[in-house]
Amino acid sequence: MKLFEYRGKQLFQKYGISIPKGTVIEYEGDHSNLFFPCVLKAQVPVGGRGKAGGIQLAQTREVAKEKLAGIFQMKIGGFQVKKVLAEEKIGVKKELYLSYTLDRSRRMPLLMMSGKGGMDIESVADNLIFKEWINPLIGIQRFHIRGILAKLELEKDEEKKIAPIVLKLYKLFREYDCELVEINPLVISGDEQVIALDAKVIVNDDALYRHPDLVAEHQELTMLEKEAKEKGIAFIQLEGNIGVIANGAGLTMATLDALTHYKGKGGVFLDLGGTDDPEKVKQAFELMKKAKPKVILLNLFGGITKCDTVAKGVSTVISKEGIDCPVISRIKGCNEEIAKDILKDAGLITAGSLQDAAKRSSDLAGW
Amino acid sequence: MSIFVDTNTKVVVQGATGHQGQFHIGEMLNFGTKVVAGVTPGKQGEEVHGVPIFNTVQEAVMETDANTSLVLVPARFSKDAVFEALDAGITTLVVITENIPFHDAMEFVHYAMYKGAVVIGPNCPGIASPGKKAKVGILPSGIFVKGHVGVASRSGTLTYEIVNSLSERGIGQSTCVGLGGDPIIGTTFIDALNAFEQDTETKAVVLVGEIGGTAEEDAAEHITQHIRKPVFAFIAGRTAPPGKRMGHAGAIIARGKGTAKSKIKAFEKAGVKLASFPTEIADLVEKYG
Repeated sequence: MKLFEYRGKQLFQKYGISIPKGTVIEYEGDHSNLFFPCVLKAQVPVGGRGKAGGIQLAQTREVAKEKLAGIFQMKIGGFQVKKVLAEEKIGVKKELYLSYTLDRSRRMPLLMMSGKGGMDIESVADNLIFKEWINPLIGIQRFHIRGILAKLELEKDEEKKIAPIVLKLYKLFREYDCELVEINPLVISGDEQVIALDAKVIVNDDALYRHPDLVAEHQELTMLEKEAKEKGIAFIQLEGNIGVIANGAGLTMATLDALTHYKGKGGVFLDLGGTDDPEKVKQAFELMKKAKPKVILLNLFGGITKCDTVAKGVSTVISKEGIDCPVISRIKGCNEEIAKDILKDAGLITAGSLQDAAKRSSDLAGW
Repeated sequence: MSIFVDTNTKVVVQGATGHQGQFHIGEMLNFGTKVVAGVTPGKQGEEVHGVPIFNTVQEAVMETDANTSLVLVPARFSKDAVFEALDAGITTLVVITENIPFHDAMEFVHYAMYKGAVVIGPNCPGIASPGKKAKVGILPSGIFVKGHVGVASRSGTLTYEIVNSLSERGIGQSTCVGLGGDPIIGTTFIDALNAFEQDTETKAVVLVGEIGGTAEEDAAEHITQHIRKPVFAFIAGRTAPPGKRMGHAGAIIARGKGTAKSKIKAFEKAGVKLASFPTEIADLVEKYG
């Protein structure tokens, strides 16, 4: 779960990392706590908001009112702005970059710092980004911090002020089960304070149960995706018009890929997982129907989950609730013959292979 | 031979008395696996399909000489279960559980390294060596035929599909290992490749990868330098958009990393033969002979 910047900053504050003085504006007419000059920052779960006009400076209340009206109208990266963070303007002397991520290859926290803060880290040259890997069995030690700070060519008293922040952010990263904590930029202000101007924090969804203080907002998800998440169904909305239902994430992805091969476009990724519970199958189909695909492609491989029990669930849903778009199915594995008969009786088109199913779905969807 | 599990494998199942535990103990026994013990705290003295249940892994190991653990306990208790098994001297762990917090997995993977133990998973279907009648996990038994192809995969059902299509062509498998769909996993493609390279029974290797991370790129580089056996691969998620988690916790293109394009390019460069559809793997392996 990606936290809003202001939520991330609340965590920073909890760990003793300085942030600018600020207030969260919940709706357009909410001006009472404003101070001037201030920086107005749209709260959205995507990057690139500066370029989109989501960050603006306001010198007076009048200007702020006008700018807030504009920002609250904005959609940035598909997300409607619902909150704005108003902050004091900080005079910047130096901008740094500081983050922790999980290095998947080494399976360790990776500390990254750069003297080139304030821009997209992917656009910073590799030789200007410094890295330290931290074995979780020992945790962060002084030598890690000494080592990386030495490469940044800072003044001694700057190093002294930044070192504790590197340590505190590690604690936050580990204690809040983060996938990413990023301060970009971490600034040294005109009056020699070290302040986190931005906050990007992604908490591992699977660990949210340990963090009751974080409200599960999942603001990066669509309404249907949120509904699916509550029901425990892996459901993702995509740009195309063909709804894919399969069992297993890899198989669902491979099915979407097959569609693309035949110039079709997947509109929904729906992974049934290992379930053959008719109630779950029903919920999955209902969600799929709400996404209004032009064609549904059902791709099942029966292993431990038998093809026929899933097919029974599908046919029950279709016969009871009806379905207003063609459903193409491709069934393979344990009890596939029985399953095919059940689905044929339910009025589904059965295809012989994934390629065949993908081609027919793409043709029907009009690609 | 085979990799990671063979005729010497003696399995203790952690989380043995739940619905999943009972069912899969039966399935593993039918496959021929030596399931020697189960562990569920508080259920000592019970039996599942004739397999004795113990309160702790330590007791199970002392009584039965179990050397391999199948972890089926809920995500919240998995870290504790893995630590318990490692401290009891278990040397191979297969962690099936999904939704284990990444930081927990990171901790137990490193503790296993320190102990010199192998962790397969988490969020994986397990491992099967059909020629050795050893299956530790939840993979469907019916799809396997013994033979000489090693399979390592980041996904479950997709792997069954590929293995099944190999078996239908009469192409058997030495070992099939599900590495898991999480970002932090114990055994990587590189570990599996090294083991298959050493294994005299394995003549070719099939890798089933997907978007997210750089495991395939790392593997490609490793293949170029260290692997002589032919390698075939399928990559899922060529059409996945960036920033979306495609079902598996690990299947996400983040910050420009983990695209299928980059993985396919790396494999092509390493001389790995790539399939466009899952079942095409069988065509490629058959053509190779």
